[in-house]
Amino acid sequence: MNAPLAPSRRAFVISATAIAGGALLVGCSVADALSIGAADPDFGAFGPFIQIGPDGAVTVICKHIEFGQGSHAGLAAIVAEELDADWSKVRVVEAPADAKVYANLTLGVQGTGGSSAIANSWDQLRSAGAAARSMFVSAAAQLWSVPATEISVKDSVVSHVSGRHASFAELIPAAAKIAPPKTPALKDPKTYTLIGTDRVRRKDSAAKSTGLARYTQDVRLPGMRVAMVAHPPRFGGKVKSFDDTATRKAPSVVDVFEIPSGVAVVAESTWAARQGRELLKVVWDDSKAETRGTDELLAFYRTVAAGHGPDSVKWQTFETRGDAAGAFGGDVLQAAYDFPYLAHATMEPMNCVAEIGAGKKKLTFGSQIPTIDQLNTGAIIGALPGSVEIETLFAGGSFGRRANFQSDYVAECVHIAKRLGDGRPLKLVWTREDDMTAGYYRPLAHHALQVALGPDGLPHAWRQRVVIQSVIKGSPMPQSGVDSTAVEGAMGSPYLTGTPVVDGRVALMEVGAPVLWWRSVGATHTAFVMEHTIDRLARKAGRDPVDYRRALYQRAGPAGARHRAVLDLAVAKAPWGKPAPGYAQGVAVHASFGSVVAQIAEVKLDGKVPRVGRVVTAIDCGTAVAPDQIAAQMEGGTCLGLAAALYGAITLKDGYVQQRNFDRYRVLRMNEAPQVETYILPSTAPPSGVGEPGTPVIGPAVANALLALTGQPTESLPFVA
Amino acid sequence: MAVILNINGKDVTVSSPPETPLLWALRDELGLTGTKYGCGIAQCGACTVHLNGQPQRSCQTPVGALAGVKIQTIEGLGGAHPLQTAWVARDVPQCGYCQSGQIMSAAALLARTPRPTDADIDQAMSGNICRCGAYQRIRAAIKEAAGLGA
Ligand code: FES
Ligand code: FES
Repeated sequence: MNAPLAPSRRAFVISATAIAGGALLVGCSVADALSIGAADPDFGAFGPFIQIGPDGAVTVICKHIEFGQGSHAGLAAIVAEELDADWSKVRVVEAPADAKVYANLTLGVQGTGGSSAIANSWDQLRSAGAAARSMFVSAAAQLWSVPATEISVKDSVVSHVSGRHASFAELIPAAAKIAPPKTPALKDPKTYTLIGTDRVRRKDSAAKSTGLARYTQDVRLPGMRVAMVAHPPRFGGKVKSFDDTATRKAPSVVDVFEIPSGVAVVAESTWAARQGRELLKVVWDDSKAETRGTDELLAFYRTVAAGHGPDSVKWQTFETRGDAAGAFGGDVLQAAYDFPYLAHATMEPMNCVAEIGAGKKKLTFGSQIPTIDQLNTGAIIGALPGSVEIETLFAGGSFGRRANFQSDYVAECVHIAKRLGDGRPLKLVWTREDDMTAGYYRPLAHHALQVALGPDGLPHAWRQRVVIQSVIKGSPMPQSGVDSTAVEGAMGSPYLTGTPVVDGRVALMEVGAPVLWWRSVGATHTAFVMEHTIDRLARKAGRDPVDYRRALYQRAGPAGARHRAVLDLAVAKAPWGKPAPGYAQGVAVHASFGSVVAQIAEVKLDGKVPRVGRVVTAIDCGTAVAPDQIAAQMEGGTCLGLAAALYGAITLKDGYVQQRNFDRYRVLRMNEAPQVETYILPSTAPPSGVGEPGTPVIGPAVANALLALTGQPTESLPFVA
Repeated sequence: MAVILNINGKDVTVSSPPETPLLWALRDELGLTGTKYGCGIAQCGACTVHLNGQPQRSCQTPVGALAGVKIQTIEGLGGAHPLQTAWVARDVPQCGYCQSGQIMSAAALLARTPRPTDADIDQAMSGNICRCGAYQRIRAAIKEAAGLGA
């Protein structure tokens, strides 16, 4: 519980019976079971992660999707470093779906999430690269009859001290015959020439700057048809009846039928599907639908947090220490915070291509958790999950949205393709409106706190009530114990570590709107609560926010050491206390996904709208594999977090989603984007998360600057309602 | 009824009905998939193309209205445009989905304002959403392509 810096465990627990009936699977692991039905792969001499062509060109097979976070660059660089390959010629391809070979070693299934791509691959890919290198060295040693110790490798060329040398291309026939060593020697990190340098660059920038990069939206296949689905306007609604007379008369409409999630319109093109859907008349059955509004839900959450909820509310304790009785008398800070639902609003709305029938079982799309998508597809079409082929493409963002236990939009596509049943490619396209109103939001959340300060001005007693929906309920993730996705960041906070009395509890609510993780998950709200509360306490104690944090990290002992280090780095670079003219500074520090980020933001008010200028960011993410991509993730994560803090809110009225597109779901634009400077703390620890930790820190940093500017705390997001 | 469009310097015949937005004719009929769909209501800029040199939202432009108009898409920019070079040099794209639209808006900006100020960039680029938040690199790459350093 007090190990906030351990990488977040997001392990999936999939029972063998969930896959295909126990009897068949007795005596084999889940990963093995998931692979039954898969084509027997032949990976070639260098294993499942490396292919080297007859021309010596190195291709790295990435088991993680690339949706902006730079995973392909980092993963390829790990291999290239140990292999001493010519980085400029290294290519990257996406791995096929095969849980046995390509499982995420943190999640236990094949998939990308929890900012774990680099961290879980670190040992695996270093070993793969080192093994391949040693095969080339051994081959050269044999051919040249020299000791392997006299051989070196650089830029895909193998050299002997005598000056004799040969390229990978020349050595391939011999190297491929060498048995790969089981435990190849890894490089001393001090000798790295690629990892940790700015030579590690994206491999996809040219494709993405010319329109040639291929996304699901771009898939065009012979005979392909396009479907759109009319979805119930309220969560939990069902089709009562529909009239498709006009739709069927529309040009290029092929078919109209009901599927579990609504009414599908299949057409020859995207525009035809859309026009056909416009003409559809559906009567919805809302008898089981969610009809509450967010105002109503929040009022209920506040009642629950105050201890006046119905008996059915069950509290879980996430952190407890000391004796709370009598600890909250005297001068106590009372704070309460409201957080809205948030849509991921990826630039590419959800979509999928399926070919089902006539011997085909194939999906082509940006699959974030291929194993789960295989499981859900297999269940719909009655096939072994391992037999479902997935070709993973670039995705136009995810921020968690494509990691869905129900494979919601995938399942929708598969249902339609199954019904068509002819094996022809079927592309499901969601409009922006479909995407934004489909749910799977960052959950609505409420926190209520009481914090008593001791004579030293530091928190002596900390009570916290969190009321929120669970994002992992009913999922293949462990269902017992505290739902860490709801409270991580409060749970394990170094501020609580040193506090003598802690009483932290969470109540998980049932609401019809489906929820999901949203880049940085629990930290999207806990970072705000903890960091803004700390500034309010510092103010109460009459202390400088930086000095106050230093005292708290000191008190927390080892649990505060990395926080202190990144804080000090940010303070030195800003520097703290010297904002640009007209701006106030705000500071925040938060640990997530094994990394710690400190930010100092310069903020001014433009009427009621906060404007953010320079944001100095310091991160400790262990060994920095791809520094420029780490900077890119800090820049992008800050923008996403700032968009949410400034404007982000999905609201429900009588159960209807009020925001359908970017006109009402406002996001950050060029004229509002901050200038982010990234400083990476030198470290020899294994790599930790980067994709998510940069997101949750800017919100509280801005709130803290506004507190300095106006004296007013922020108790509800977004800032601009 | 077929419509003849001039796209990237070539006349092509399009059979999509005249009210079809150019975006979908480009993508579904002509296979020019570099131009992206993001919102369909002129809010995101992912579908930006040039019509007679002006940046326009192709999701809002029916093909029937484009006879005699010179249409340029990201595919017509050539790949070696100074903006594309700067984009690659700075690893601007993250997911990349917005970038065709970003580059087309920036190309129109530089064509009319070769040495843009920050305010010019804000003005020209604020119609293009990047959910990945690549904004500061986009700004820097535009300045680099304009020879302004950055
Ligand atoms: S798709 Fe045209 S502006 Fe968004
Ligand atoms: S790079 Fe992903 S939306 Fe801009």
